[in-house]
Amino acid sequence: MNNEKKLVVAHAPYWHDGSKISTKNYNIIIAALPAVLMGISQYGAPALAVIAFAMACAMIWEVIMNLVLRRPIPIGDGSAAVTGLLLGMLMPATAPWWVIALGTFIAIIVGKQIFGGIGFNPLNPPLLALAMLVISFKGVFDFNVALRHYDLGFVMTYPLADLKYFGTEAIAKFSLGDLIMGRQAGAVGSTFGLGLIVGGLYLMLRGYTRWEISLSFLAGVFITALLFNLSDPAKYAGPFFHLFTGYTLIAAFFLVPEDSSSPANFIPMLIFGALAGLGTVLIRNVGVYVDGIPFSILLMNLANPLFDRIRPKAIGKVVENA
Amino acid sequence: MIKRSFLGLAKPRLQYNLVPDPIQELPIPGTVTLLLKEPQNGGGATALKVGDAVKTAQRLAASPDSAEYVISSVTGTVSAMAPYIDAYGQKYTAITIQASGQDDWDDEFKKEQTIDTALKFFEYAPGSPSFKPFADPEKSIRTIVVNGMDQDLLLTANQYAVQNEAAEIKSGVQALRKMTGVDRIVITVPDILVQQANTTGAEVKTVSATYPDGLPHMIMKEVVGQVVPGGNTPEDQGVSFISAEAAAALGAAFETGQLRVTKVVTVVGKDGKTTNVRTRIGTPLRDVLQACNVSLNDRDRLILGGAMRGAATYSVDLPIEPRTDGIVVQDEADSAQTTNYPCINCGECIRICPVKIPVNMLVRFLEARLYEDAAAMYDLECCIECGLCSYVCISRIPIFQYIMLGKYELGLIKTAEAASA
Repeated sequence: MNNEKKLVVAHAPYWHDGSKISTKNYNIIIAALPAVLMGISQYGAPALAVIAFAMACAMIWEVIMNLVLRRPIPIGDGSAAVTGLLLGMLMPATAPWWVIALGTFIAIIVGKQIFGGIGFNPLNPPLLALAMLVISFKGVFDFNVALRHYDLGFVMTYPLADLKYFGTEAIAKFSLGDLIMGRQAGAVGSTFGLGLIVGGLYLMLRGYTRWEISLSFLAGVFITALLFNLSDPAKYAGPFFHLFTGYTLIAAFFLVPEDSSSPANFIPMLIFGALAGLGTVLIRNVGVYVDGIPFSILLMNLANPLFDRIRPKAIGKVVENA
Repeated sequence: MIKRSFLGLAKPRLQYNLVPDPIQELPIPGTVTLLLKEPQNGGGATALKVGDAVKTAQRLAASPDSAEYVISSVTGTVSAMAPYIDAYGQKYTAITIQASGQDDWDDEFKKEQTIDTALKFFEYAPGSPSFKPFADPEKSIRTIVVNGMDQDLLLTANQYAVQNEAAEIKSGVQALRKMTGVDRIVITVPDILVQQANTTGAEVKTVSATYPDGLPHMIMKEVVGQVVPGGNTPEDQGVSFISAEAAAALGAAFETGQLRVTKVVTVVGKDGKTTNVRTRIGTPLRDVLQACNVSLNDRDRLILGGAMRGAATYSVDLPIEPRTDGIVVQDEADSAQTTNYPCINCGECIRICPVKIPVNMLVRFLEARLYEDAAAMYDLECCIECGLCSYVCISRIPIFQYIMLGKYELGLIKTAEAASA
C-alpha cells in the first residue's frame, strides 16, 4: 500500500480553457495604454502622476480593506489596478492628490469592497467615484478651469462645456480629425479617440469585453444624438461630435461593459448599452451636467438585475400552466 | 488540453476525436474485480463465497432471482469480497476473482431473443446497456437510439464498434427489434462512419462532431426532435439509448452463443496520445496502464471516463467497469485547478451553455445552497451535464460540481417530501 502513488481526485471537468481573471485585467491595462500614453505625452509628468497615484491608491485601499475584513488578498488579480487606472484616466492632469485618494477610496471601498469585493459590485466603481467627485468638487472637473495653464497647440476649451454654454456655433472650431487624434482638452486618458478605439477593438476581439454592450452603447449615443440633431441642427450637435468628445469612447470600451454591473444575456446587453447611450445624450443635451456619462451608466447599473430577467427559455424547461 | 484561442470573440468549439485508433488486445489479467451493485450484507444471503470456482460468462448474483448481477469475465476462483462505495455514494460489493488463464465458458446463456434474456444476461454487457425501461409498465419505449458517438472528448470506443463491428451491430439491431418489439431503431454516427452505419439495418442519422452533440439529451433534441423536459430522462419520453458497443456485444452473443466479456477502452496518456485496448471487464487499471506504458507520479490524476465528464479516482487497483469508455491520465501541471473566486458575471458560461441555462445566476443560488430555488427559477434540472461552463469559467468556479451537488441534494429533498407525504 505504501508504494502506491498518491493521486489527486477532483470533480469533472478536468480541462480548462486557461482563462484567468489576472490575464483579463492585465489585457485591459494593455488595451488602455495607447490612450494613457497619449495623455502623458500631452500633459507630461502631472498626467503620469495622476495615473500612477490612482493605481497605487486603489491597490492600497484594497489591501487595507482586505486586511481589516480578514479576507484573502487578491491584489495580484489586477482588479484594483484596473479600477485605479480607469479612474485616473477620467481625471484631469491637474487633479489634486487628495481628490485622487478620495476617489479611489470611493471606488474601491464604497463601490466594491463593502459589497463583498470583486464580482459583487452593483455599480461601476470608477464611475461611482467619478459621479461623487463631479458633484462634490465641481471646480476640479471643470476642464476649462483645470487646464487653463496649458497650451498644447490646439483649442484648449472643453468641447462639451462649449456646447453646453455657447451652443453649436462654439463647437465649429473643433475638427473631427482633431477630436479623434486626441487634440482636445479633457481628462488624461479619455481624449485620444483612436487609441481608445484600438484598445476597445483589441479587447472585443480577444473576448475580454462584451462587444454587444460596447457597440449598442455607441449606437445609442449615435442615434439619440442624430435624432436631436435632425430635430434642431442649430441647437444640438451632430452625432459624431458626441461620439468623440467627453467620456464617450472610454465609457463604451472600458466602463459600460464592466463585468458585474452589466447584464450577461444577449438582449439585455443590447438594451442596457442602448439605454445608457440614450441617457448620456439626454443629459448632455437637456440635463444640467456637461457630460452625462457617469449618471446615465450608474442608472442603468441599478436597473441591471431587471434587464437580466429577459432571458431565453432554457431548453427542457417545463412551464407549468395553472 | 485545448486552451482559449488568442482571438476570444468566438466561443470555443471542442471537437470529438473522430478517428478510432487501432485496437490492442490485452491478455487475460491475473485477477479481475467485478462490482456488484448490491451491498454485501444488504440484500439477503449472498450466494457466493470466497473460494468458489467461477466460469467465464457465469452470472454472479446475491441470490438467484436478484435483479442485480455481474457476469464473470474470467474462469477462476473468488479470492476476495469487499464492500466498495463509489464517488456518488452507490454501494457495491467488489468481487475479486483469481483468473486461471484459461477460459471455460459457462453455458447458462441460451440464444432466446426475449426481453427476459436481455434483463438476465446483458445488463452487465460492455457499454452498460439498460433493459429495465422495456420491462417497466410505466414507460412505453417507442424508439431505440444506438449511439455510435462517444460520450466524451478524445474517446473512440463506441466509434470503434461502428467502424469495425458493423456486422455484429446489425445482428444486435435485429435482436433488439425481436426482444423489445420496438420498430424504430436509429443509429447515430459522425459523418465519416455513415458508410458502416448503413450496413447495420438501422435508420442512420448523423451527429455533428462538436461536443456535446453526442450526449443523449442533445441527440433527443437534434435527431429525434423531442426535447427532454428538465428532470426527465429520454426513457420517460419513450426513447431508449444504447451504445454501439453494447449493440455489438448483443449481436456477437446471439451469433456465437458466448456473452462478450471484454470492453474497449480508450487510454489517453499524459501527452494526449490515445490508444484503444480491448481487455476483460474487471481488469485492474494498473494492468491497462502498464500495457500502454503510462506511468503515474504522485499528485497525478487518473480519470475514469473522459476529460469533461469522467470521474477522477484514487487507486490503480480499481477495475474497468462495463461503462468505462476511457482512462485519462493527467499530469499535475496540466490538470485544471478550481479557485474560490466569486462569479464576476462575465457571461462566458451563458454563451456556451448548450441548453441556455443562466449559469451566472444558477451558481449563485447553488453556492448559497438554495437548491429548490435554483431548480424553480434557474433551471437546475435542465442541465445536461456537459461541463462546458466549468471549462470556460474565468473565475475557475467548480460550477459542474455545484450543479451535480445541487441535483443530488434536490433528489434527497424530493425523496424526503415523498416519504413524508
